[in-house]
Formats: sequence, structure tokens, C-alpha cells
Amino acid sequence: MGKYLVKRIFYMLLTLFLVATITFFLMKLMPGSPYANQQKMTPEQLQIMNEQYGLNKPVWQQYLIYLLGLVKGDLGTSFQYSNQPVSYLISSRIGPSGQLGLQAIIFGLVIGIVIGAIGAINKNTWIDTSSTILSILGISIPSFVLAVLLQYYVGLKLGWLPIADWGGFSYTILPTIALGVGPLAETARFIRTEMVDVLSSDYIELAKAKGLTKFGVVFHHALRNSLIPLVTLIGPYTVALMTGSMVVENIFSIPGIGEQFVKSILTNDFPTIMGVTMLYSAGLVVVILLTDIIYGIIDPRIRLTGRRN
Amino acid sequence: MTENILEVNHLEINFHTYAGDVKAIRDVSFHLAKGETLAIVGESGSGKSVTTKSLMGLLANNAEVMGGEILYHGEDLLKKSEKQMEGIRGKDIATIFQDPMTSLDPTMRIGRQIAEPLMKHKHFKKEKAMAQALEILKLVGITDAERRFKDYPHQFSGGQRQRIVIAISLVCYPEILIADEPTTALDVTIQAQILELMKELQSKIETSIIFITHDLGVVAGMADRVAVMYAGRIIEYGTVDEVFYNPQHPYTWGLLNSMPTLDSEHLYAIPGTPPDLLDPPKGDAFAARNDYAMKIDTEQQPPFFDVSPTHAAATWLLHPDAPKVTPPVEIQRRYKIFSEQQETKIKANQNLAEG
Ligand SMILES: Nc1ncnc2c1ncn2[C@@H]1O[C@H](COP(=O)(O)OP(=O)(O)O)[C@@H](O)[C@H]1O
Ligand SMILES: [Mg+2]
Repeated sequence: MGKYLVKRIFYMLLTLFLVATITFFLMKLMPGSPYANQQKMTPEQLQIMNEQYGLNKPVWQQYLIYLLGLVKGDLGTSFQYSNQPVSYLISSRIGPSGQLGLQAIIFGLVIGIVIGAIGAINKNTWIDTSSTILSILGISIPSFVLAVLLQYYVGLKLGWLPIADWGGFSYTILPTIALGVGPLAETARFIRTEMVDVLSSDYIELAKAKGLTKFGVVFHHALRNSLIPLVTLIGPYTVALMTGSMVVENIFSIPGIGEQFVKSILTNDFPTIMGVTMLYSAGLVVVILLTDIIYGIIDPRIRLTGRRN
Repeated sequence: MTENILEVNHLEINFHTYAGDVKAIRDVSFHLAKGETLAIVGESGSGKSVTTKSLMGLLANNAEVMGGEILYHGEDLLKKSEKQMEGIRGKDIATIFQDPMTSLDPTMRIGRQIAEPLMKHKHFKKEKAMAQALEILKLVGITDAERRFKDYPHQFSGGQRQRIVIAISLVCYPEILIADEPTTALDVTIQAQILELMKELQSKIETSIIFITHDLGVVAGMADRVAVMYAGRIIEYGTVDEVFYNPQHPYTWGLLNSMPTLDSEHLYAIPGTPPDLLDPPKGDAFAARNDYAMKIDTEQQPPFFDVSPTHAAATWLLHPDAPKVTPPVEIQRRYKIFSEQQETKIKANQNLAEG
């Protein structure tokens, strides 16, 4: 286990190094400069700015400085806000994003599991059909469309919830739904398929033959066995939440990382773009590692053999 | 006369499918006496599993019971509610399935799986249920039971897993144990061990067994009585001796003929395939594969003709007007053994009467 972990962590660092390198050079290839009103700047002003941000040095030097900074945990200074370290920018905005992401994933998983399980238990009835239609809708409607629809109908027309901005819990509800519906639909479909499979297995038949109630059979045997493979979806969900948050946070004006990321792209704020990219990448590789570890813990078959048969 | 704890009368079960109604069980009747083992034998697809599932009230959703009754202590199980059946399943009537590799929940420790019926039916607290589950695990011959109690199914071999399934089925001391091909998926040597274990536990726990198999070879040592099934019907039943040594239905002949013996070089197989149960033939379903079939066999379903008070077969060959036929050599050999047995029995009885 220890050796395995060391190997995994080495590969994680390698991945992050590659991501850092690729984003760095892509940034350099990108057209445009970080200065807002370039036309109005004199060459002298430009010169001073470039020196201040180290942009006059050769690219390879800039690259090494950047990498060195990364190792020390220094993500550089934002171009957008004068002299603000990127790390501060990120840490001041991670709260809303984290809360939103967590709420969305919990909402999506819980409701998705329930809908999927109900569909599987009532296989081939109208209940199953409607839950399938619902999940197909949920998968195919883009989160930004849903966000705007929610904003318009629930926020504006009905006036039940705030349209945008970041205040108390009520402000989080609409963005959570907009962000969580994708994972919800994906979960519902996944659990439905898994559970239909599990419900037709011999051990479920034996559980029924023990005299367990329908609920007992589903709760103690079917659900657990269908839930285990769901762990493999946590990685993809993380990606969905990260990309979704860029759109949803913008639409609802939430001061989160996604919103900052879009702003940084629009203003060519290279250090912030790279910082957020590194954050997302690091988040993803950690989640993938955790997924594998969790899978090993909850599935007794891999716990010992190291492989699922 | 021993008491019949189970009586199945004129059971008819259809499966609704897109192709039409599969008439899987057609007028099946049998009974089970306290403490005895009844073997139900037949080729795959003859309706053995459907019969057992109907006893448990676990038929598939597309099944419909068209008629008949299943009397357990005189009460019709087919009229019981789902709630009532839950109270019977696993407590009074328990079952063992064919494939031990898939019968256990892969994510639950086996101790808990064995204890579940106790918590459900006897309302034992977890600790007490676990303690009793451990006892039964020892009883089914799992060595080092204390340590293995918390293991998961994949940590056991096929034979061990079947022992665990047996432990689950017997933990509430059921009156009836239905074993649906319990050794079919196992190696021959393991098969013998499992059968031995079942016999041993039967006498300890005093349960009656319905032993389902497609293999006549394992029946002789296990069963008291045998019912032979073909295409959804029972076509012959009797004591083990009667069915093995005085068989009357040509299908039973075929089954016995296809049993491997020590000196047989070629394995006999009954020619042809079972009929389509979507549209079963009018007369004896076996007629098309039967070398001894008469015209009436294709026209009219034969009724049961009694051979002895415990033995009957549904074949027109037993009709008083039927022509005498010569059964296959192997069957003639068996008849000879049977008549010798009968003679010794009669002599023994005479000696008793005289003595
Ligand atoms: N759910 C079902 N739907 C349709 N036909 C079924 C179903 N279950 C069993 N059958 C049919 O019933 C017949 C008897 O099956 P079964 O009792 O499983 O045979 P076996 O004697 O091998 O145990 C077969 O023809 C099978 O195809
Ligand atoms: Mg079967």
C-alpha cells in the first residue's frame, strides 16, 4: 500500500508538472497583452510595466521563475488587480465555489440515487419511463440554459428566490440546482442501470428467499452493491462541477473561482489563469487518487485482491 | 401414515411473453411428507425451478398462476399475502440455489448474511443472531469458523460458499428445504461432500427436503421418493426403488439409460429436444421423441395409471388394452433386480409371519 501510494503521488506530481508546462507555453502563444488600455500607454510606461512583471526576460527564464514559484507555493501576481498575489485572489474566492460545488454534488447524488433506485425497482412501468425521460432531459440541457430559466421563472416571475448575487443560503439554491442537475441526471441513469442488474442477481433472490421485506432487500443488498461503482463517477463529476461553475457563477454573479477565471481570461491575466488551472488540475488528480482509495475501501473484493473480478 | 406437510394440487403456471404464453407448469401435483426427501428430476427447462419458485412465492413478474393450490399444513400459499409469505420464506420454507458463486452478497460479511434470517424471523438482537449464526457455520463444517465469520464471500471456495448458503437456509430450522440443483455447479468430489452434509443436517434439523436435479445419478443416495418431470408435467413418481428399478414411462427409461455406468462405453442420449411450451403438443409431450409412442400418444394426454399404491406413471403403455412392449436392455436388467428385491422382501415378510 505504501509503495503504491508513493508511486501514485509521483505520477500526480508529474501530471501537474506537465499541466503547468503546457499552460505556461499556451499562455505565451496567446495573442493579446494583459494591459487594458495599451494604446494610451507610452512606450516608457509599457517598459516599466513589463519590467515590474518580469515580462521583458527571455521566455525560458520566465518559465523557470514560474516553476520555482510553483514549488514554493507562489502563484505569482495578478495583472488585473494591482499587486494582488494570485494565491490571495484564489483563497478569497474559494469559499463560495467550494460551498456551491459541495451543495451541488450532494444534491445531485442524493436525488439522483433516489430517482435511479425508484426507476430500477419499478422497471418497465410508467414510473421508470418518467424517471428515464427526466434524466435524459437533465443530461441534455446545458447548465447555462437551466440557470437562465431558473433565474427567469423562479427568481423573476415567481420571485421566490434571489435572482443573483451572494448572500445567505437562499442565494445558493438556484445556482446549486443549475450546477447539480447534470450530476443528478447522470447518477440517476447510472444507478438505474446498475440496480436493474443487481436486482436480477442470485444473491438478491436469496435475500428475498430469506423473507426480507422489499425494503430490506433493496436497502441492505441492492443499494449497497449498486452504489459502489458510482464512486468511479466522482472524477468526472468534479470536472463537470469545475467547468459548470465558470458559467453558473457568472450568470448568478457569485464571487467564486469560476467567475474569476472567466474574468481573467477576458483580461489576459496570465498568472491568474495559470493559477486557477493549476488549482483545478491539482483538485482533479487528488480526487482521482481519493476515488481509487475509497473504491478499495468500500469494495471488499478489491480491498484484498487489489483488483475487481 | 405420515403427515403431508406440503401438498401441491393441479398447479398450472403460465409466463406471459411477447411471443405468447409459455405454459411452464401444466397440472403438477405432488406431496411431501414430514422428514422425507422428494427428488424432482428432469431435463433442463422441464419446469423444476419454476415449481420451486412458486412454493416460495417468488415467481417472476410475468408469471401467472392459472390454477391449482399449494397447501402448506392445509393452507393455500397461493392465497397468502406478500406480507404473510415473507413470514414463511426463510423461516418455514428455505431454499438453496444452484450457483454458490453468485448466491451470496459480495459486499456483506458472511456472518451477517447468515444472521439476517434470525433477526428477521426470530427478532433476535444482532449479538444473539450473530452468536447463533456462528454456531450454524460450525455445523456446516467451515473450519476455523470464528475467524472466517467476518470474511467476505470471495474469500471462500465454491464448496465452502455452498456450505454457507446451506447455513443461511437452515439457520431458522425450516420445515421444508428446497435445494434447486445444489451441486450442479460443483466438482464431483465437492458434490459428494455437500450431499453428505445435507443428509447429515437433515437428520439433525429434521427438515423435509425437495431435492431438484437433472442428474439421476445423485438421486439414489439422497431421496426417498422421486418425481420425474417433463415439459411442465410430472410424468412418473414413486419410491426411489420403484422409479429406478421398475420405471414405466419411456421418458424415465431414457433418463435411466443415459446415466453413465462403470462399464458403459457410449453414453446414451435421448434423441430430439423438448417441445416448445408456447404451444405444447396435444397428447403426451414426449411422444415425438419416444420410440414406443403409439397413435393415441400424439392425440390424448395419458392419465396416471397406478403401478403400486406409491407408484404411478402417465403413459398409455400402462393401459390394459395397450400392446406389450419390450423395454431397452438396461431397463430389463433393472426390472430383474426389482423382482429379485420383491422376492426377498416377500420371503422376509413370510419369515417374519412364520417366525
Ligand atoms: N420469467 C420467465 N419468462 C418466460 N418463460 C420462463 C420464465 N421463467 C421460466 N420460463 C420457462 O419455463 C420453463 C421452465 O423453466 P425452469 O423451471 O427454469 O426449468 P428447469 O427445469 O431447468 O429448472 C422453461 O421453458 C423456461 O423457458
Ligand atoms: Mg432450474
